[in-house]
Amino acid sequence: MSIGMSVEHIGADIHGDRGGPAQPLLSVRGLVKHFDLKKGFLETLTGGGKVVRAVDGVDFEVLKGETLGVVGESGCGKSTTARLLMHLIDPSAGEIVFDGETVGSAALPLREYRRQVQMVFQDSYSSLNPRLTIQDSIAFGPQVHGVPRREAITRARDLLARVGLEPRRFAERWPHELSGGQRQRVNIARALASEPRLVILDEAVSALDKSVEAQVLNLLMDLKDEFGLTYLFISHDLHVVRYISDRVMVMYLGKVAETGPAEALFDDPLHPYTRALLSSMPSMDPDRRTEEAPLAGDPPNPIDPPPGCRFHTRCPFAEPVCAERVPALEERAGRQAACLIHEADAGHSRNPTAIYAA
Amino acid sequence: MNDTSPLIDVRDLRVVFTGGKKPVEAVNGVDLTVARGESVALIGESGSGKSVTLRSLLRLHPERRTRISGGIRIAGHDVLALGSRPLADYRGKVASMIFQEPLLALDPVYTVGAQIVESIRRHEAVSREEARKRALELFERVRIPSPARRLDAYPHEMSGGMRQRAMIALALACRPQVLLADEPTTALDATVQIQILLLLRELQRELGLAILFVTHDMGAAVEVADRFAVMYGGRIVEEGPTREVIRNPRHPYTLALMQARADGAMTKGARLASIPGSPPDLANLPAGCAFAERCAYAREACLATRPEAVDLGTGHRARCLRTDATAHALQHTEAQPA
Ligand SMILES: Nc1ncnc2c1ncn2[C@@H]1O[C@H](COP(=O)(O)OP(=O)(O)OP(=O)(O)O)[C@@H](O)[C@H]1O
Ligand SMILES: Nc1ncnc2c1ncn2[C@@H]1O[C@H](COP(=O)(O)OP(=O)(O)OP(=O)(O)O)[C@@H](O)[C@H]1O
Ligand code: SF4
Ligand code: SF4
Ligand SMILES: [Mg+2]
Ligand SMILES: [Mg+2]
Repeated sequence: MSIGMSVEHIGADIHGDRGGPAQPLLSVRGLVKHFDLKKGFLETLTGGGKVVRAVDGVDFEVLKGETLGVVGESGCGKSTTARLLMHLIDPSAGEIVFDGETVGSAALPLREYRRQVQMVFQDSYSSLNPRLTIQDSIAFGPQVHGVPRREAITRARDLLARVGLEPRRFAERWPHELSGGQRQRVNIARALASEPRLVILDEAVSALDKSVEAQVLNLLMDLKDEFGLTYLFISHDLHVVRYISDRVMVMYLGKVAETGPAEALFDDPLHPYTRALLSSMPSMDPDRRTEEAPLAGDPPNPIDPPPGCRFHTRCPFAEPVCAERVPALEERAGRQAACLIHEADAGHSRNPTAIYAA
Repeated sequence: MNDTSPLIDVRDLRVVFTGGKKPVEAVNGVDLTVARGESVALIGESGSGKSVTLRSLLRLHPERRTRISGGIRIAGHDVLALGSRPLADYRGKVASMIFQEPLLALDPVYTVGAQIVESIRRHEAVSREEARKRALELFERVRIPSPARRLDAYPHEMSGGMRQRAMIALALACRPQVLLADEPTTALDATVQIQILLLLRELQRELGLAILFVTHDMGAAVEVADRFAVMYGGRIVEEGPTREVIRNPRHPYTLALMQARADGAMTKGARLASIPGSPPDLANLPAGCAFAERCAYAREACLATRPEAVDLGTGHRARCLRTDATAHALQHTEAQPA
């Protein structure tokens, strides 16, 4: 950090903007998380323990005030990435920079970061304290950060109303007395109560019916406009991701497959995995049910990921070169894709440069 | 029990939670049948009683704080009358459940493989090796990557979607006749989701499994369900063949729900349509139609009586006083309720 920048900080609101609108709110570089596997008997003898490569070299940025949608195959590392961003687990490698500051540095202690970044967890039940009423659960965070109890409770009840849970009926209930979708909304209210700058939403609306979901998505959009919030929105619901996201990141087996503006990515996916994902969406037409899964083949194994391009074992355009060469995340016109078709001189027959040469 | 009687037969089910300050009438008068080899999608408002209904079929509510009445017959068993021993035999073997929240159903201190093996051996006299072989086959069927290795994983070591698939495997472990599935595919990406939905359809055909599943995803429901049942305020307000309910919904709540996701409803930047108002207070249900306060078709009469089911032909029924007014409402999107 330059000295000039830290001087600016002195006058700045502690949870306000630091580096101006052009500086990404979040920059993630070379993020890696490997989980150790329990060693088998043989491995103990040979000394070679294996790891689950849950997140295996991920780079991305989240701009101020944008919503970055994150989609990808189940198990590809979305929740692990989110937990790394929350500093709930330590990365094996890589760097997370929040508004120009390294998290955990003197300029941005973890405690301060934790107030500015909140998360709605995929599992709504286990993320609520069973011994707190939901009103107390929501008011807990703000109180930890110095908001007086009366004010925190008022804020909690206001948020409950805004997520469609009438406080008079619900504020004093226990988590087990709520339905799945009601608990999910409590979690959203709780994340918003601390007035964060960045909210990570991991499957945060998946348990809601379409009407309540619409209400919650409208609320998220309103709060974004009111407070300039930034969202990282992880979801399997592609309709919702397309609607809410400014940009979308597609992950496959611990890596980024593609990123780009939402509309462009959905209208014209570059990566073959993105294409397969989009074509797997159910049709809603009872007379045109899916008879065969569009993406066949076994889901890959994050313990021994395939060499070269990780998608080559299932990709309809795979060529021998795909098993040898690791595609780089190439940038072109605001879009990025990690596929040899889109990488200059990569030796894939569908590569435009190869087509010109022919 | 003969072969034509339904595998699931629920009559006038009522569930009241008495543990809180005021009794909560979570389910009040559910009638529902599911035949062998049939699959029914239970959809509806968040908090309308879908999970409570499903849990009642396995008698999973704490007895001291819950009042249950009505009739539940499943594969010939009078579920509400079962003693504790027969109940334990019934759970998992006759009917089993995929829970909305996998972490609640899976025991954190045992590996998922051990839990499946345990479940198989509780119901059947098979060796540990045999049970493990079956567990492995199940993991392959639900498409868990590196299945052999994952059998030895603890629930927290799996991703959300893998846990969900592990629970599907656990539910199928004892080859039940009835599968109750609460949001079985919400944690799955589209590519795996479609594989699981195809698997459910296969099981339904091959083993004659009766499936009752809750979902908010209409696309998923359309892929698997023969019939739809729509819940609101603790009752089934509409039911019928999938095609009928999707194309020709007749209850104003179903109509509004379908409109929330009609083509073009999710235009970027535009506000999303939601049903105004809030769901009824289950501790203080209105005397009339529970949807009246939010219903665009409501009339004076709606406030006085709880509507009985109106038969609309071919197994299509709706609990509404004004099914004449809602006919073909979806086709004429411009048409305003009279
Ligand atoms: N504590 C852990 N120990 C070992 N492996 C783990 C652990 N946590 C996650 N994993 C593995 O890391 C991989 C990524 O998991 P993650 O939860 O990030 O996936 P995800 O993209 O969120 O998937 P989903 O869409 O199913 O929620 C998976 O293979 C998972 O089994
Ligand atoms: N133990 C309990 N005590 C009091 N009320 C309860 C209890 N369990 C559930 N409820 C209430 O009963 C109603 C029905 O709950 P249920 O879990 O069946 O809803 P659901 O239809 O499955 O909703 P979702 O789609 O959100 O999961 C809810 O309004 C809930 O608040
Ligand atoms: S690099 Fe090859 S295998 Fe990988 S996505 Fe592109 S074409 Fe398919
Ligand atoms: S009975 Fe009346 S209030 Fe109820 S859904 Fe029908 S029209 Fe609406
Ligand atoms: Mg996840
Ligand atoms: Mg539920």
